[in-house]
Amino acid sequence: MYNLNNETKKATRDGFGSALVKLGEKNQKVVALAAGAGDSTRAFKFKEKFPERFIEVGIAEQNMIGIAAGLALAGKLPFPSTFAAFLPGRCYDQIRQSVCYSDLNVKLVSSHAGITVGADGATHQMMEDIAMLRATPNLTIIVPCDALETEKAVFAVAEMIGPTYIRCGREKTPVFTLEDTPFEIGKSVILRRGNDATIIACGLMVYYSLIASETLEKEGISVRVINMHTIKPIDREAILKAASETGAIITAEEHQINGGLGSAVAEVLVENNPVPMQRIGMKDCFGESGKPSQLLEKYQMNDKAIIQAVKEVTKRKSL
Amino acid sequence: MAEIEDLEVKSKSIRLNILKMLNKAGSGHTGGSLGMADVFTALYFGDILKRNNENIQESDRFILSNGHICPVWYSALAEAGYIPKEELLSIRKLGSRLQGHPANHNLPIVEISTGSLGQGVCAAVGLALGYKLDKKDHKVFVCLGDGEMEEGSVWEALMAAAHHKLNNLIAFVDRNMLQQGGKTEEMMSLNSLKEKIKAFNWTAIEADGHNFKEILEAFEKAKNNKERPSFIIFNTHMGQGVSFILDDFKWHGVAPDDEQLEKALKEIQGS
Repeated sequence: MYNLNNETKKATRDGFGSALVKLGEKNQKVVALAAGAGDSTRAFKFKEKFPERFIEVGIAEQNMIGIAAGLALAGKLPFPSTFAAFLPGRCYDQIRQSVCYSDLNVKLVSSHAGITVGADGATHQMMEDIAMLRATPNLTIIVPCDALETEKAVFAVAEMIGPTYIRCGREKTPVFTLEDTPFEIGKSVILRRGNDATIIACGLMVYYSLIASETLEKEGISVRVINMHTIKPIDREAILKAASETGAIITAEEHQINGGLGSAVAEVLVENNPVPMQRIGMKDCFGESGKPSQLLEKYQMNDKAIIQAVKEVTKRKSL
Repeated sequence: MAEIEDLEVKSKSIRLNILKMLNKAGSGHTGGSLGMADVFTALYFGDILKRNNENIQESDRFILSNGHICPVWYSALAEAGYIPKEELLSIRKLGSRLQGHPANHNLPIVEISTGSLGQGVCAAVGLALGYKLDKKDHKVFVCLGDGEMEEGSVWEALMAAAHHKLNNLIAFVDRNMLQQGGKTEEMMSLNSLKEKIKAFNWTAIEADGHNFKEILEAFEKAKNNKERPSFIIFNTHMGQGVSFILDDFKWHGVAPDDEQLEKALKEIQGS
Protein backbone atom coordinates (compact mmCIF):
# COMPACT_ATOMS: atom_id res chain seq x y z
CA MET A 1 0.00 0.00 0.00
CA TYR A 2 2.89 2.35 0.73
CA ASN A 3 6.64 2.47 1.13
CA LEU A 4 8.22 4.88 3.58
CA ASN A 5 11.70 3.82 2.53
CA ASN A 6 11.38 5.13 -1.01
CA GLU A 7 14.12 7.74 -1.32
CA THR A 8 12.37 9.59 -4.15
CA LYS A 9 11.14 13.05 -3.34
CA LYS A 10 8.92 14.99 -5.66
CA ALA A 11 6.64 17.97 -5.16
CA THR A 12 2.92 17.48 -5.70
CA ARG A 13 3.06 20.42 -8.14
CA ASP A 14 5.45 18.32 -10.23
CA GLY A 15 2.97 15.48 -10.15
CA PHE A 16 0.39 17.92 -11.48
CA GLY A 17 2.68 19.15 -14.26
CA SER A 18 3.62 15.71 -15.51
CA ALA A 19 0.06 14.37 -15.26
CA LEU A 20 -1.32 17.32 -17.20
CA VAL A 21 1.06 16.58 -20.08
CA LYS A 22 0.02 12.93 -20.12
CA LEU A 23 -3.64 13.91 -19.97
CA GLY A 24 -3.12 16.44 -22.77
CA GLU A 25 -1.76 13.70 -25.00
CA LYS A 26 -4.89 11.63 -24.50
CA ASN A 27 -7.47 14.39 -24.47
CA GLN A 28 -7.39 17.15 -27.05
CA LYS A 29 -9.91 19.19 -25.08
CA VAL A 30 -7.48 19.85 -22.24
CA VAL A 31 -6.41 23.49 -22.01
CA ALA A 32 -3.97 24.76 -19.35
CA LEU A 33 -4.13 28.31 -18.02
CA ALA A 34 -1.55 30.20 -16.00
CA ALA A 35 -1.54 33.57 -14.29
CA GLY A 36 2.04 34.71 -14.51
CA ALA A 37 3.48 31.83 -12.50
CA GLY A 38 3.25 28.87 -14.85
CA ASP A 39 6.88 28.02 -14.25
CA SER A 40 6.24 27.69 -10.53
CA THR A 41 2.99 25.76 -10.84
CA ARG A 42 4.51 23.50 -13.53
CA ALA A 43 1.80 24.46 -16.01
CA PHE A 44 4.76 25.34 -18.27
CA LYS A 45 5.35 21.61 -18.69
CA PHE A 46 2.13 21.58 -20.64
CA LYS A 47 3.09 24.73 -22.52
CA GLU A 48 6.30 23.11 -23.75
CA LYS A 49 4.37 20.21 -25.20
CA PHE A 50 1.16 21.91 -26.31
CA PRO A 51 1.82 25.65 -26.76
CA GLU A 52 -1.40 26.05 -28.76
CA ARG A 53 -3.47 24.75 -25.86
CA PHE A 54 -1.74 26.83 -23.22
CA ILE A 55 -3.20 30.19 -22.24
CA GLU A 56 -1.24 32.81 -20.35
CA VAL A 57 -3.56 35.36 -18.74
CA GLY A 58 -0.91 37.43 -16.98
CA ILE A 59 -1.11 38.28 -13.31
CA ALA A 60 -4.90 38.34 -13.36
CA GLU A 61 -6.35 35.45 -11.39
CA GLN A 62 -9.94 36.66 -11.48
CA ASN A 63 -9.84 36.83 -15.24
CA MET A 64 -8.22 33.40 -15.41
CA ILE A 65 -11.18 31.80 -13.65
CA GLY A 66 -13.65 33.63 -15.88
CA ILE A 67 -11.75 32.63 -19.00
CA ALA A 68 -11.67 29.04 -17.77
CA ALA A 69 -15.45 29.14 -17.31
CA GLY A 70 -15.81 30.47 -20.85
CA LEU A 71 -13.53 27.75 -22.21
CA ALA A 72 -15.74 25.17 -20.53
CA LEU A 73 -18.72 26.74 -22.32
CA ALA A 74 -16.80 26.25 -25.57
CA GLY A 75 -16.51 22.54 -24.77
CA LYS A 76 -12.94 22.60 -23.50
CA LEU A 77 -11.53 20.96 -20.37
CA PRO A 78 -9.77 23.89 -18.70
CA PHE A 79 -7.16 23.55 -15.92
CA PRO A 80 -6.50 27.01 -14.46
CA SER A 81 -3.72 26.96 -11.90
CA THR A 82 -1.69 29.29 -9.76
CA PHE A 83 -0.53 29.75 -6.16
CA ALA A 84 -3.16 28.81 -3.60
CA ALA A 85 -2.84 32.25 -2.03
CA PHE A 86 -4.42 33.61 -5.21
CA LEU A 87 -6.49 30.61 -6.28
CA PRO A 88 -8.81 30.56 -4.41
CA GLY A 89 -7.52 33.51 -2.39
CA ARG A 90 -7.77 36.20 -5.05
CA CYS A 91 -10.65 34.86 -7.09
CA TYR A 92 -13.12 33.31 -4.69
CA ASP A 93 -16.06 35.27 -6.08
CA GLN A 94 -15.30 34.03 -9.60
CA ILE A 95 -14.98 30.46 -8.34
CA ARG A 96 -18.26 30.77 -6.51
CA GLN A 97 -20.37 32.31 -9.25
CA SER A 98 -18.76 31.56 -12.61
CA VAL A 99 -17.62 28.04 -11.74
CA CYS A 100 -19.54 26.51 -8.83
CA TYR A 101 -22.95 28.19 -9.05
CA SER A 102 -22.79 27.86 -12.82
CA ASP A 103 -21.67 24.25 -12.29
CA LEU A 104 -19.17 24.37 -15.14
CA ASN A 105 -16.56 21.74 -15.89
CA VAL A 106 -13.54 23.69 -14.65
CA LYS A 107 -10.60 21.90 -13.03
CA LEU A 108 -9.01 24.27 -10.52
CA VAL A 109 -5.50 23.46 -9.34
CA SER A 110 -3.41 25.31 -6.80
CA SER A 111 0.24 25.03 -5.96
CA HIS A 112 2.21 26.47 -3.03
CA ALA A 113 -0.49 25.58 -0.53
CA GLY A 114 0.47 25.24 3.11
CA ILE A 115 3.29 26.34 5.35
CA THR A 116 5.94 24.30 3.51
CA VAL A 117 6.13 27.20 1.03
CA GLY A 118 8.73 28.21 3.60
CA ALA A 119 10.97 31.23 3.08
CA ASP A 120 8.46 33.28 1.08
CA GLY A 121 6.57 33.81 4.31
CA ALA A 122 2.95 34.04 5.36
CA THR A 123 1.67 36.00 2.35
CA HIS A 124 2.29 32.94 0.21
CA GLN A 125 1.58 30.21 2.75
CA MET A 126 -2.08 29.59 1.97
CA MET A 127 -3.71 27.86 4.92
CA GLU A 128 -7.33 28.88 4.45
CA ASP A 129 -8.16 27.54 0.99
CA ILE A 130 -9.94 24.36 2.05
CA ALA A 131 -12.08 26.28 4.54
CA MET A 132 -13.07 28.82 1.89
CA LEU A 133 -13.91 26.21 -0.68
CA ARG A 134 -15.46 23.56 1.52
CA ALA A 135 -18.45 25.81 2.16
CA THR A 136 -19.10 26.15 -1.56
CA PRO A 137 -21.70 23.85 -3.17
CA ASN A 138 -20.98 21.75 -6.28
CA LEU A 139 -17.21 21.65 -5.73
CA THR A 140 -15.14 18.50 -5.26
CA ILE A 141 -11.98 19.12 -3.21
CA ILE A 142 -8.92 16.89 -3.36
CA VAL A 143 -5.72 17.15 -1.34
CA PRO A 144 -3.25 14.57 -2.67
CA CYS A 145 -0.65 13.18 -0.28
CA ASP A 146 2.24 12.85 -2.73
CA ALA A 147 3.21 13.44 -6.35
CA LEU A 148 2.03 10.03 -7.50
CA GLU A 149 -1.39 10.49 -5.96
CA THR A 150 -1.56 13.94 -7.55
CA GLU A 151 -1.14 12.32 -10.96
CA LYS A 152 -4.00 9.96 -10.22
CA ALA A 153 -6.11 12.88 -9.02
CA VAL A 154 -5.54 14.85 -12.22
CA PHE A 155 -6.76 11.92 -14.31
CA ALA A 156 -9.70 11.33 -11.97
CA VAL A 157 -10.99 14.90 -12.12
CA ALA A 158 -10.76 14.82 -15.90
CA GLU A 159 -13.07 11.81 -15.87
CA MET A 160 -15.78 13.46 -13.80
CA ILE A 161 -18.03 16.28 -14.93
CA GLY A 162 -18.23 19.31 -12.66
CA PRO A 163 -16.04 21.76 -10.78
CA THR A 164 -13.04 20.36 -8.92
CA TYR A 165 -10.12 21.70 -6.89
CA ILE A 166 -6.78 19.94 -6.46
CA ARG A 167 -4.45 21.34 -3.81
CA CYS A 168 -0.70 21.03 -4.41
CA GLY A 169 2.41 22.09 -2.55
CA ARG A 170 5.73 23.62 -3.50
CA GLU A 171 8.20 21.53 -1.52
CA LYS A 172 9.65 18.23 -2.64
CA THR A 173 8.14 15.61 -0.37
CA PRO A 174 8.44 11.83 -0.13
CA VAL A 175 6.64 9.74 -2.71
CA PHE A 176 5.40 6.92 -0.50
CA THR A 177 2.26 5.67 -2.23
CA LEU A 178 2.59 3.03 -4.93
CA GLU A 179 1.28 2.72 -8.46
CA ASP A 180 -1.34 0.25 -7.24
CA THR A 181 -2.41 2.23 -4.16
CA PRO A 182 -6.09 2.79 -4.93
CA PHE A 183 -7.41 6.24 -5.69
CA GLU A 184 -11.07 6.97 -6.17
CA ILE A 185 -12.64 10.39 -5.61
CA GLY A 186 -14.64 10.40 -2.39
CA LYS A 187 -13.24 7.10 -1.16
CA SER A 188 -10.53 7.34 1.47
CA VAL A 189 -7.76 4.79 1.76
CA ILE A 190 -6.79 2.89 4.90
CA LEU A 191 -3.01 2.87 4.59
CA ARG A 192 -2.38 1.21 7.91
CA ARG A 193 -4.55 -0.92 10.14
CA GLY A 194 -4.88 -0.31 13.86
CA ASN A 195 -7.31 -0.51 16.77
CA ASP A 196 -6.41 2.04 19.43
CA ALA A 197 -7.02 5.24 17.50
CA THR A 198 -7.33 6.51 13.92
CA ILE A 199 -5.37 9.29 12.29
CA ILE A 200 -7.29 10.84 9.41
CA ALA A 201 -4.95 12.96 7.35
CA CYS A 202 -4.57 14.66 4.00
CA GLY A 203 -1.69 16.01 1.95
CA LEU A 204 1.80 15.93 3.41
CA MET A 205 0.41 15.06 6.85
CA VAL A 206 -0.40 11.56 5.62
CA TYR A 207 3.33 10.89 5.45
CA TYR A 208 3.92 12.19 8.96
CA SER A 209 0.95 10.18 10.20
CA LEU A 210 2.51 6.99 8.88
CA ILE A 211 5.86 7.82 10.50
CA ALA A 212 4.03 8.57 13.75
CA SER A 213 2.07 5.32 13.60
CA GLU A 214 5.27 3.30 13.18
CA THR A 215 6.81 4.96 16.22
CA LEU A 216 3.64 4.42 18.22
CA GLU A 217 3.53 0.78 17.18
CA LYS A 218 6.88 0.29 18.91
CA GLU A 219 5.37 1.75 22.05
CA GLY A 220 2.47 -0.66 21.82
CA ILE A 221 -0.13 1.73 20.45
CA SER A 222 -1.84 0.44 17.34
CA VAL A 223 -3.03 3.25 15.09
CA ARG A 224 -5.09 3.19 11.93
CA VAL A 225 -4.06 5.70 9.27
CA ILE A 226 -6.60 6.93 6.74
CA ASN A 227 -5.61 8.99 3.74
CA MET A 228 -8.61 11.30 3.35
CA HIS A 229 -7.54 12.68 -0.02
CA THR A 230 -11.03 13.88 -0.86
CA ILE A 231 -12.20 16.54 1.56
CA LYS A 232 -15.47 17.02 -0.26
CA PRO A 233 -17.50 14.90 -0.56
CA ILE A 234 -16.07 13.49 2.68
CA ASP A 235 -16.01 9.73 3.17
CA ARG A 236 -18.49 9.56 6.08
CA GLU A 237 -18.57 5.80 6.12
CA ALA A 238 -14.82 5.48 6.73
CA ILE A 239 -14.92 8.11 9.47
CA LEU A 240 -17.78 6.45 11.32
CA LYS A 241 -16.25 3.00 10.95
CA ALA A 242 -12.98 4.32 12.37
CA ALA A 243 -14.83 5.97 15.25
CA SER A 244 -16.72 2.84 16.21
CA GLU A 245 -13.80 0.47 15.73
CA THR A 246 -10.98 2.51 17.27
CA GLY A 247 -12.87 4.94 19.52
CA ALA A 248 -10.60 7.95 19.01
CA ILE A 249 -9.80 10.22 16.07
CA ILE A 250 -6.89 12.50 15.28
CA THR A 251 -6.99 14.66 12.16
CA ALA A 252 -3.88 16.10 10.56
CA GLU A 253 -3.65 18.70 7.82
CA GLU A 254 -1.29 21.41 6.63
CA HIS A 255 -4.05 23.99 6.84
CA GLN A 256 -5.85 26.10 9.41
CA ILE A 257 -7.30 24.04 12.20
CA ASN A 258 -10.64 25.76 11.55
CA GLY A 259 -12.75 24.88 8.57
CA GLY A 260 -10.60 22.22 6.94
CA LEU A 261 -10.32 18.46 7.16
CA GLY A 262 -10.52 18.48 10.96
CA SER A 263 -13.75 20.41 10.89
CA ALA A 264 -15.21 18.17 8.20
CA VAL A 265 -14.43 15.06 10.24
CA ALA A 266 -15.72 16.67 13.44
CA GLU A 267 -19.02 17.51 11.78
CA VAL A 268 -19.55 13.88 10.84
CA LEU A 269 -18.60 12.64 14.31
CA VAL A 270 -20.62 15.15 16.29
CA GLU A 271 -23.82 14.33 14.47
CA ASN A 272 -23.36 10.58 14.62
CA ASN A 273 -20.86 9.22 17.07
CA PRO A 274 -18.88 11.75 19.09
CA VAL A 275 -15.66 10.11 20.19
CA PRO A 276 -12.58 11.80 21.65
CA MET A 277 -10.92 13.79 18.90
CA GLN A 278 -7.96 16.07 18.41
CA ARG A 279 -6.98 18.19 15.43
CA ILE A 280 -3.50 18.85 14.11
CA GLY A 281 -3.19 21.96 11.97
CA MET A 282 -2.32 25.64 11.97
CA LYS A 283 -3.73 27.04 15.20
CA ASP A 284 -5.60 30.08 13.93
CA CYS A 285 -2.53 32.17 13.18
CA PHE A 286 -0.41 33.17 10.20
CA GLY A 287 2.96 31.63 9.43
CA GLU A 288 6.36 33.23 8.82
CA SER A 289 9.55 32.72 6.84
CA GLY A 290 11.66 29.68 7.61
CA LYS A 291 12.65 26.28 6.33
CA PRO A 292 9.68 23.97 5.82
CA SER A 293 10.95 21.52 8.46
CA GLN A 294 11.48 24.34 10.96
CA LEU A 295 8.00 25.68 10.34
CA LEU A 296 6.35 22.28 10.64
CA GLU A 297 8.16 21.82 13.94
CA LYS A 298 7.37 25.27 15.31
CA TYR A 299 3.71 25.15 14.34
CA GLN A 300 3.31 21.52 15.40
CA MET A 301 2.40 19.84 12.18
CA ASN A 302 4.70 16.82 12.04
CA ASP A 303 5.04 13.26 13.34
CA LYS A 304 6.05 14.50 16.79
CA ALA A 305 2.90 16.58 17.14
CA ILE A 306 0.77 13.72 15.86
CA ILE A 307 2.30 11.25 18.35
CA GLN A 308 1.54 13.61 21.20
CA ALA A 309 -2.02 14.08 20.01
CA VAL A 310 -2.59 10.34 19.71
CA LYS A 311 -1.39 9.84 23.26
CA GLU A 312 -3.60 12.59 24.62
CA VAL A 313 -6.68 11.49 22.78
CA THR A 314 -6.32 7.83 23.70
CA LYS A 315 -6.10 8.87 27.36
CA ARG A 316 -9.40 10.72 27.04
CA LYS A 317 -10.86 7.62 25.46
CA SER A 318 -10.33 5.56 28.62
CA LEU A 319 -11.93 8.15 30.89
CA MET B 1 -31.74 44.51 -42.64
CA ALA B 2 -34.76 44.32 -40.36
CA GLU B 3 -37.53 46.86 -40.80
CA ILE B 4 -37.16 49.62 -38.23
CA GLU B 5 -40.91 49.79 -37.71
CA ASP B 6 -41.06 46.13 -36.75
CA LEU B 7 -38.26 46.66 -34.28
CA GLU B 8 -40.11 49.58 -32.74
CA VAL B 9 -43.18 47.42 -32.20
CA LYS B 10 -41.03 44.70 -30.66
CA SER B 11 -39.17 47.00 -28.30
CA LYS B 12 -42.45 48.48 -27.12
CA SER B 13 -43.65 44.99 -26.32
CA ILE B 14 -40.40 44.21 -24.47
CA ARG B 15 -40.77 47.36 -22.38
CA LEU B 16 -44.35 46.46 -21.48
CA ASN B 17 -43.22 43.00 -20.42
CA ILE B 18 -40.46 44.44 -18.22
CA LEU B 19 -42.84 46.72 -16.39
CA LYS B 20 -45.49 44.04 -15.88
CA MET B 21 -43.08 41.39 -14.68
CA LEU B 22 -41.28 43.65 -12.23
CA ASN B 23 -44.55 45.02 -10.89
CA LYS B 24 -45.68 41.46 -10.29
CA ALA B 25 -42.36 40.61 -8.63
CA GLY B 26 -42.47 43.68 -6.43
CA SER B 27 -38.75 44.22 -6.86
CA GLY B 28 -36.07 44.25 -9.55
CA HIS B 29 -34.07 46.46 -11.85
CA THR B 30 -36.43 48.57 -13.91
CA GLY B 31 -34.31 51.50 -15.08
CA GLY B 32 -31.47 49.67 -16.81
CA SER B 33 -33.81 47.09 -18.28
CA LEU B 34 -35.98 49.73 -19.96
CA GLY B 35 -32.87 51.55 -21.12
CA MET B 36 -31.50 48.53 -22.98
CA ALA B 37 -34.79 47.44 -24.57
CA ASP B 38 -33.87 48.83 -27.98
CA VAL B 39 -30.41 47.27 -28.03
CA PHE B 40 -31.81 43.86 -27.03
CA THR B 41 -34.52 44.17 -29.66
CA ALA B 42 -31.86 44.78 -32.30
CA LEU B 43 -29.73 41.93 -30.99
CA TYR B 44 -32.52 39.35 -31.17
CA PHE B 45 -34.70 40.69 -33.99
CA GLY B 46 -32.26 42.67 -36.11
CA ASP B 47 -30.51 39.60 -37.51
CA ILE B 48 -27.45 40.23 -35.34
CA LEU B 49 -27.09 37.25 -32.97
CA LYS B 50 -27.09 34.03 -35.03
CA ARG B 51 -28.14 31.38 -32.63
CA ASN B 52 -27.89 27.71 -33.68
CA ASN B 53 -30.05 25.87 -31.19
CA GLU B 54 -29.28 22.49 -32.73
CA ASN B 55 -25.57 22.74 -32.02
CA ILE B 56 -24.51 25.27 -29.48
CA GLN B 57 -20.83 24.85 -30.37
CA GLU B 58 -21.61 26.03 -33.88
CA SER B 59 -23.46 29.12 -32.77
CA ASP B 60 -23.07 32.74 -31.82
CA ARG B 61 -23.23 33.10 -28.05
CA PHE B 62 -24.40 35.78 -25.64
CA ILE B 63 -23.53 36.50 -22.02
CA LEU B 64 -25.18 39.16 -19.87
CA SER B 65 -22.34 40.35 -17.68
CA ASN B 66 -24.46 42.93 -15.86
CA GLY B 67 -26.89 40.23 -14.80
CA HIS B 68 -29.22 42.57 -12.92
CA ILE B 69 -30.83 43.85 -16.13
CA CYS B 70 -32.05 40.32 -16.88
CA PRO B 71 -35.70 41.48 -17.16
CA VAL B 72 -34.88 42.95 -20.57
CA TRP B 73 -33.12 39.76 -21.58
CA TYR B 74 -35.89 37.43 -20.35
CA SER B 75 -38.40 39.65 -22.09
CA ALA B 76 -36.50 39.57 -25.38
CA LEU B 77 -36.09 35.79 -25.04
CA ALA B 78 -39.83 35.43 -24.51
CA GLU B 79 -40.55 37.54 -27.59
CA ALA B 80 -38.09 35.36 -29.52
CA GLY B 81 -39.82 32.19 -28.35
CA TYR B 82 -37.20 30.83 -25.96
CA ILE B 83 -39.37 31.27 -22.89
CA PRO B 84 -43.19 31.08 -22.76
CA LYS B 85 -44.48 34.63 -22.37
CA GLU B 86 -46.68 33.70 -19.43
CA GLU B 87 -43.59 32.49 -17.60
CA LEU B 88 -42.23 36.05 -17.50
CA LEU B 89 -44.56 36.83 -14.60
CA SER B 90 -42.82 34.19 -12.49
CA ILE B 91 -39.60 36.23 -12.30
CA ARG B 92 -38.08 36.42 -8.81
CA LYS B 93 -40.69 33.99 -7.43
CA LEU B 94 -39.94 30.77 -5.59
CA GLY B 95 -39.26 27.92 -7.98
CA SER B 96 -39.00 30.12 -11.06
CA ARG B 97 -36.43 29.52 -13.79
CA LEU B 98 -36.26 33.29 -14.05
CA GLN B 99 -34.07 34.04 -11.08
CA GLY B 100 -33.50 37.60 -9.87
CA HIS B 101 -30.12 37.37 -11.55
CA PRO B 102 -29.61 34.94 -14.46
CA ALA B 103 -28.95 31.35 -13.39
CA ASN B 104 -28.00 28.66 -15.86
CA HIS B 105 -29.15 25.47 -14.16
CA ASN B 106 -32.75 25.26 -15.31
CA LEU B 107 -32.67 27.59 -18.26
CA PRO B 108 -30.16 26.41 -20.88
CA ILE B 109 -30.27 29.64 -22.89
CA VAL B 110 -28.58 31.26 -19.89
CA GLU B 111 -25.17 29.68 -20.24
CA ILE B 112 -23.44 31.04 -17.19
CA SER B 113 -24.83 32.56 -14.02
CA THR B 114 -24.12 36.25 -13.61
CA GLY B 115 -24.91 38.95 -11.10
CA SER B 116 -21.66 39.57 -9.30
CA LEU B 117 -20.22 42.11 -11.71
CA GLY B 118 -17.14 41.89 -13.86
CA GLN B 119 -17.34 38.14 -14.42
CA GLY B 120 -19.46 37.51 -17.50
CA VAL B 121 -17.05 39.52 -19.60
CA CYS B 122 -14.14 37.27 -18.54
CA ALA B 123 -16.16 34.19 -19.49
CA ALA B 124 -16.96 35.78 -22.85
CA VAL B 125 -13.23 36.16 -23.45
CA GLY B 126 -12.74 32.47 -22.60
CA LEU B 127 -15.58 31.44 -24.88
CA ALA B 128 -14.24 33.51 -27.77
CA LEU B 129 -10.79 32.08 -27.11
CA GLY B 130 -12.20 28.55 -27.12
CA TYR B 131 -13.76 29.18 -30.52
CA LYS B 132 -10.44 30.52 -31.78
CA LEU B 133 -8.65 27.37 -30.59
CA ASP B 134 -11.06 25.39 -32.76
CA LYS B 135 -10.71 27.88 -35.63
CA LYS B 136 -14.40 28.75 -35.48
CA ASP B 137 -15.59 32.19 -36.42
CA HIS B 138 -18.83 32.34 -34.43
CA LYS B 139 -19.32 35.56 -32.53
CA VAL B 140 -19.47 35.98 -28.80
CA PHE B 141 -21.52 38.94 -27.59
CA VAL B 142 -21.32 40.27 -24.07
CA CYS B 143 -23.32 43.07 -22.48
CA LEU B 144 -21.86 45.20 -19.67
CA GLY B 145 -23.10 48.05 -17.56
CA ASP B 146 -21.11 51.26 -17.36
CA GLY B 147 -21.07 51.06 -13.56
CA GLU B 148 -19.78 47.52 -13.93
CA MET B 149 -16.72 48.91 -15.66
CA GLU B 150 -15.49 50.07 -12.27
CA GLU B 151 -14.64 46.42 -11.55
CA GLY B 152 -10.94 45.75 -12.14
CA SER B 153 -11.63 42.33 -13.64
CA VAL B 154 -13.35 44.01 -16.60
CA TRP B 155 -10.07 45.62 -17.55
CA GLU B 156 -8.22 42.33 -17.07
CA ALA B 157 -10.63 40.83 -19.58
CA LEU B 158 -10.23 43.73 -22.01
CA MET B 159 -6.45 43.37 -21.91
CA ALA B 160 -6.63 39.62 -22.50
CA ALA B 161 -9.08 39.89 -25.41
CA ALA B 162 -6.87 42.35 -27.24
CA HIS B 163 -3.74 40.34 -26.44
CA HIS B 164 -5.29 37.25 -27.98
CA LYS B 165 -6.68 39.26 -30.93
CA LEU B 166 -10.22 38.02 -30.38
CA ASN B 167 -11.90 39.52 -33.43
CA ASN B 168 -14.89 37.24 -32.75
CA LEU B 169 -15.68 39.05 -29.50
CA ILE B 170 -18.18 41.90 -29.39
CA ALA B 171 -18.68 43.68 -26.08
CA PHE B 172 -21.28 46.38 -25.67
CA VAL B 173 -21.89 48.68 -22.77
CA ASP B 174 -25.06 50.30 -21.51
CA ARG B 175 -23.65 53.82 -21.18
CA ASN B 176 -26.47 55.48 -19.29
CA MET B 177 -24.09 57.42 -17.03
CA LEU B 178 -25.94 56.17 -13.94
CA GLN B 179 -25.44 53.43 -11.41
CA GLN B 180 -26.87 52.39 -8.07
CA GLY B 181 -26.28 55.37 -5.85
CA GLY B 182 -25.77 58.11 -8.43
CA LYS B 183 -24.00 59.32 -11.53
CA THR B 184 -21.10 57.19 -12.76
CA GLU B 185 -18.99 60.28 -13.33
CA GLU B 186 -19.45 61.37 -9.74
CA MET B 187 -18.99 57.95 -8.17
CA MET B 188 -16.00 56.83 -10.27
CA SER B 189 -15.50 58.61 -13.51
CA LEU B 190 -15.05 56.71 -16.74
CA ASN B 191 -15.07 59.99 -18.64
CA SER B 192 -12.82 59.14 -21.58
CA LEU B 193 -14.26 55.66 -21.97
CA LYS B 194 -13.83 55.56 -25.74
CA GLU B 195 -10.18 56.58 -25.46
CA LYS B 196 -9.61 54.01 -22.75
CA ILE B 197 -11.07 51.28 -24.95
CA LYS B 198 -8.90 52.33 -27.88
CA ALA B 199 -5.84 52.40 -25.64
CA PHE B 200 -6.65 48.78 -24.74
CA ASN B 201 -6.35 47.91 -28.44
CA TRP B 202 -10.03 47.35 -29.10
CA THR B 203 -12.04 48.90 -31.88
CA ALA B 204 -14.32 51.42 -30.19
CA ILE B 205 -17.70 52.12 -31.75
CA GLU B 206 -20.21 54.62 -30.40
CA ALA B 207 -23.92 54.69 -31.13
CA ASP B 208 -27.21 56.08 -29.89
CA GLY B 209 -28.73 53.14 -28.02
CA HIS B 210 -32.25 54.27 -28.88
CA ASN B 211 -31.76 54.71 -32.61
CA PHE B 212 -32.25 51.39 -34.40
CA LYS B 213 -30.38 52.46 -37.50
CA GLU B 214 -27.36 53.37 -35.40
CA ILE B 215 -27.62 50.27 -33.23
CA LEU B 216 -27.75 47.94 -36.22
CA GLU B 217 -24.92 49.71 -37.98
CA ALA B 218 -22.78 49.51 -34.86
CA PHE B 219 -23.40 45.76 -34.50
CA GLU B 220 -22.73 45.16 -38.22
CA LYS B 221 -19.50 47.14 -38.03
CA ALA B 222 -18.44 45.07 -35.04
CA LYS B 223 -19.31 41.80 -36.76
CA ASN B 224 -17.26 42.75 -39.79
CA ASN B 225 -14.25 43.78 -37.74
CA LYS B 226 -11.51 41.30 -38.61
CA GLU B 227 -8.75 43.17 -36.84
CA ARG B 228 -9.49 43.09 -33.16
CA PRO B 229 -12.26 42.79 -30.58
CA SER B 230 -15.04 45.36 -30.87
CA PHE B 231 -16.48 47.44 -28.09
CA ILE B 232 -19.70 49.30 -28.68
CA ILE B 233 -20.64 52.17 -26.43
CA PHE B 234 -24.41 52.48 -26.59
CA ASN B 235 -25.40 55.87 -25.23
CA THR B 236 -28.68 55.19 -23.50
CA HIS B 237 -31.12 56.62 -21.03
CA MET B 238 -32.04 54.67 -17.95
CA GLY B 239 -35.79 54.20 -17.96
CA GLN B 240 -36.21 55.17 -21.65
CA GLY B 241 -39.89 55.24 -22.57
CA VAL B 242 -41.31 56.20 -19.18
CA SER B 243 -41.08 59.89 -18.23
CA PHE B 244 -40.98 59.47 -14.48
CA ILE B 245 -38.29 56.78 -14.61
CA LEU B 246 -36.12 58.47 -17.24
CA ASP B 247 -32.56 59.29 -16.18
CA ASP B 248 -33.31 58.76 -12.50
CA PHE B 249 -30.75 56.54 -10.79
CA LYS B 250 -33.23 55.83 -8.00
CA TRP B 251 -34.92 53.49 -10.47
CA HIS B 252 -31.82 51.31 -10.65
CA GLY B 253 -33.28 48.63 -8.43
CA VAL B 254 -36.92 49.54 -7.86
CA ALA B 255 -40.09 48.03 -9.35
CA PRO B 256 -43.19 50.04 -10.29
CA ASP B 257 -46.17 49.79 -7.96
CA ASP B 258 -49.66 49.32 -9.40
CA GLU B 259 -50.30 53.01 -9.92
CA GLN B 260 -46.92 53.61 -11.50
CA LEU B 261 -47.41 50.55 -13.68
CA GLU B 262 -50.68 51.85 -15.05
CA LYS B 263 -49.16 55.23 -15.81
CA ALA B 264 -46.06 53.69 -17.40
CA LEU B 265 -48.03 51.27 -19.58
CA LYS B 266 -50.16 54.12 -20.85
CA GLU B 267 -47.10 56.17 -21.73
CA ILE B 268 -45.54 53.34 -23.70
CA GLN B 269 -48.75 52.29 -25.40
CA GLY B 270 -49.48 55.89 -26.32
CA SER B 271 -46.02 56.59 -27.71
